[in-house]
Amino acid sequence: MGEETRKGVRELSPLDIYMLLPKTNCGKCGEKNCMAFAAKVVNREIPIELCTPLVEEEQYKSEYAKLKEILAPAVKEIVIGVGENSIKVGGKLVMYRHEFTYYNPTPIAIDVTDEMPESELMERVKRVEGFTYNYIGRTLKLDMIAIRSTSNDPSKFRYTVEKVAGATRLPLILCTFNPDVMKSALEVIYNRRPLIYAANRNNWRQMAELALMYNCPLAVFGQGDLNLLSSLVKTLLEYGVEDLLLDPGTFPNDGLSETITNFTMIRRNACKGGDRLMGFPLIGVPMTVWLKKDAPKEVLQWKEAYLAAILIARYADLLIMHSLEGWVLLPNVILRFNIYTDPRKPVSVEPGLRIFGSPDENSPVMFTTNYALTYFTVESDIKSANIDCYLIVVDTGGISVESSVAGRILTAQTVADAIKKSGIEEKVKHRYLIIPGLAARLSGEIEELTGWRVLVGPRDSSGIPAFLKERWPPKE
Amino acid sequence: MGAEKEKKQGEEGGAVIRLGPKILELLSKLGEVELEDVEIEAEELEIWVPTVIPQVIPAQPAPAAVAPPKVLPEKPAEILAAEFKPLTQTYLGRIVEVKIGATRAEGGSRGKVVKIGGEAAPSFYLWEEVPPNPPAISADVFDMEVSLPRALRMHVQDVIGDPAAWAKLAVDKFGADMVTVHLVSTDPLIKNTPPSEAAKTIEKVLQAVDVPIIVGGCGDPKKDAEVFKRVAEVTHGERVMLSSLTLDMAEAGILGDVAKAAKEHGHVVLAFTAMDLNRAKELNRRLYEYLPRDSIVMDLTTAALGYGIEYSFTIHERARLAALGGDVELQHPTSSGSTNAWAAREAWMRLGPEWEPRELRGPIWETITALTLLLAGVDMFMMMHPAAIHTVKEVVKNLLNRGRAKPEEIADWVTVKI
Repeated sequence: MGEETRKGVRELSPLDIYMLLPKTNCGKCGEKNCMAFAAKVVNREIPIELCTPLVEEEQYKSEYAKLKEILAPAVKEIVIGVGENSIKVGGKLVMYRHEFTYYNPTPIAIDVTDEMPESELMERVKRVEGFTYNYIGRTLKLDMIAIRSTSNDPSKFRYTVEKVAGATRLPLILCTFNPDVMKSALEVIYNRRPLIYAANRNNWRQMAELALMYNCPLAVFGQGDLNLLSSLVKTLLEYGVEDLLLDPGTFPNDGLSETITNFTMIRRNACKGGDRLMGFPLIGVPMTVWLKKDAPKEVLQWKEAYLAAILIARYADLLIMHSLEGWVLLPNVILRFNIYTDPRKPVSVEPGLRIFGSPDENSPVMFTTNYALTYFTVESDIKSANIDCYLIVVDTGGISVESSVAGRILTAQTVADAIKKSGIEEKVKHRYLIIPGLAARLSGEIEELTGWRVLVGPRDSSGIPAFLKERWPPKE
Repeated sequence: MGAEKEKKQGEEGGAVIRLGPKILELLSKLGEVELEDVEIEAEELEIWVPTVIPQVIPAQPAPAAVAPPKVLPEKPAEILAAEFKPLTQTYLGRIVEVKIGATRAEGGSRGKVVKIGGEAAPSFYLWEEVPPNPPAISADVFDMEVSLPRALRMHVQDVIGDPAAWAKLAVDKFGADMVTVHLVSTDPLIKNTPPSEAAKTIEKVLQAVDVPIIVGGCGDPKKDAEVFKRVAEVTHGERVMLSSLTLDMAEAGILGDVAKAAKEHGHVVLAFTAMDLNRAKELNRRLYEYLPRDSIVMDLTTAALGYGIEYSFTIHERARLAALGGDVELQHPTSSGSTNAWAAREAWMRLGPEWEPRELRGPIWETITALTLLLAGVDMFMMMHPAAIHTVKEVVKNLLNRGRAKPEEIADWVTVKI
């Protein structure tokens, strides 16, 4: 299947897949028939490899090859690391997330160097591993360690890399432009399949040899020159290195325009222009802000924080950062989570009645929406205050209280319906409903429609414990 | 509510990090924004040095590693040249240009006007087009005492309750291009300030600063309509922006009156809809009956980082691409209420020492919320924290100035000693 006939992910129909399947409806994939399987494959819900006859039987060899070709993402998916400790990078099907969805959230690698005192090195690795934030029921984490050779000394680098590899299972990036230094480290940890960073215009041949010899992915550093980047990719592909990542160059401050324009042009070419040389994951390096040494630390952290965010929004598939401060990383791991949620599925929870603690017939009744973030926030506030209560989760299609009120999705009517459906009227004797402060406008209508008395609760659910203390049970 | 809790925690907390002002000064050379004492919690700086027993990780089976190099007939000996040719597109549509504010010569009294929109390519696709107008920033000002997270309050402490002084601070010290005066006190559930008094507030702000003014309502459609009509009249010719007109007004049968007043007195309107392009188009269609297209800006809703920003990001990308693709009803500049970032608890709440200081976490939240939408195509931002305003302005400036990257500067990033 040639370039001309390759369809974009949105034009691909289940029929395009079906035509190349065995069409035996054998059910080995777990689907009812080949057409149902094709529909799921085209939606990227399941991999084509679940069709075992296709993969295993000689007679389907060419169909399998064709399917792999037409299903290949515009940006190649590269695996760094091995087994369960590996991470997938790239694999992007589309340029804009609303066209389909973005796959493989941008891993964040934190740097260490081979000249750090050993205790500091180990402490830093530990802090990277220990970084966690609980966000709407998921644990957000950091992903990789980038080990830089600042010494340019092969034995020092090798020693450090071994130390780090011994201390963490996180996938590793080895950073040096010196092939001898790279080789000395690769010899001891090649079986962890680290990312080799990086080939440039001077060392490309030796780096290519190392990538081939040790079967590791290779980063290509373009240093702002996209003709050079294209040329290096072409050369390396010819050389036989297939797993590439591209670092077009991250210029902070004055060079921001170049950085973002380059990232965008590359992704546009890969997704819309069929430019195979640019169809590889992009590496952003927000830590280049630290090259400006005269600025105060907090200013560089601040700049690194927003540069990382800009790169997440504009196509970086992997980031290398220096700051380990929570306030720098938190907005970025959350932004990454947000941008990489599937726009086809709103982040929502099941609507219905939730019971906290052991409420009785006099316990408070509140409601919220089924937007996952809203729900989990309310849930955690109720749980941490050990409140016995009923919470009605109203179906707003996964939209928050404020937006669903504004958009007239959350109305007195939907609240009334939810009350009926929840069966709460059999569980409590009173008729007092605590509503979110952001839905205060609905109070009158809710009272009219349901016959329940409305108590307007706090605008933020962190105020629930204080609110109940003061207002529950109702005084009248 | 958040701010009060905040304040309480701050008082109880004792040694609280006060880095905010320092970074502000460094970031924006705001010098005169008076800065409170800078204290760093000692434990932040301590490095705990444990005795580390490296965890031994069993060697993983080499994944066909050390496979012999693939035998290729000929490996290239030199770099094979391949030119990078960026894919360039032309678009059917263009965003209309909207001018906010009017100079004396134009019938108003502003020293400066702001133009937004006019783009014929997606945002910052500089190889296709350098946009005619840089995105602009309007600083939020309130007409009464409001509760604010401490990280915000500390910068406006002295001017809260005095919208004219607040506006002046925002323009002179924060560098805002415009000022949004939120007439929250007009809310029937708050102070129910009458339209005539609200109009006086706007007049005072117009006298205090010479930048364009945005008039923010209280969110009650009927009251806003009354206030907007009155304000439109007394600010005749100033080309203020009325924020905002909604489909709720249409439902209440009062949209036409407000739009007519805007037209008659030469103002701009902000058309607000909640994350729904079909409704955005519907509202614009209704407004076209009264107003020229170059008097309409859209607010498609800004959800905070962590609180649905992906919806806002995507709806702005979709709106802009559809507009450039020829959808006339979406060819309007967009505005983002980026101050909404402070609705995220991560922006202001105490989360534990590893996430401090909040004086930085809050403004970076606002900054990143705005920057994410800047890249999705938003043309103007309503913002609040001075460091966030400063940063977004700087980023816009840098993003629009192509060709200033110095390749040699990043050549050795790998070996930089920090």
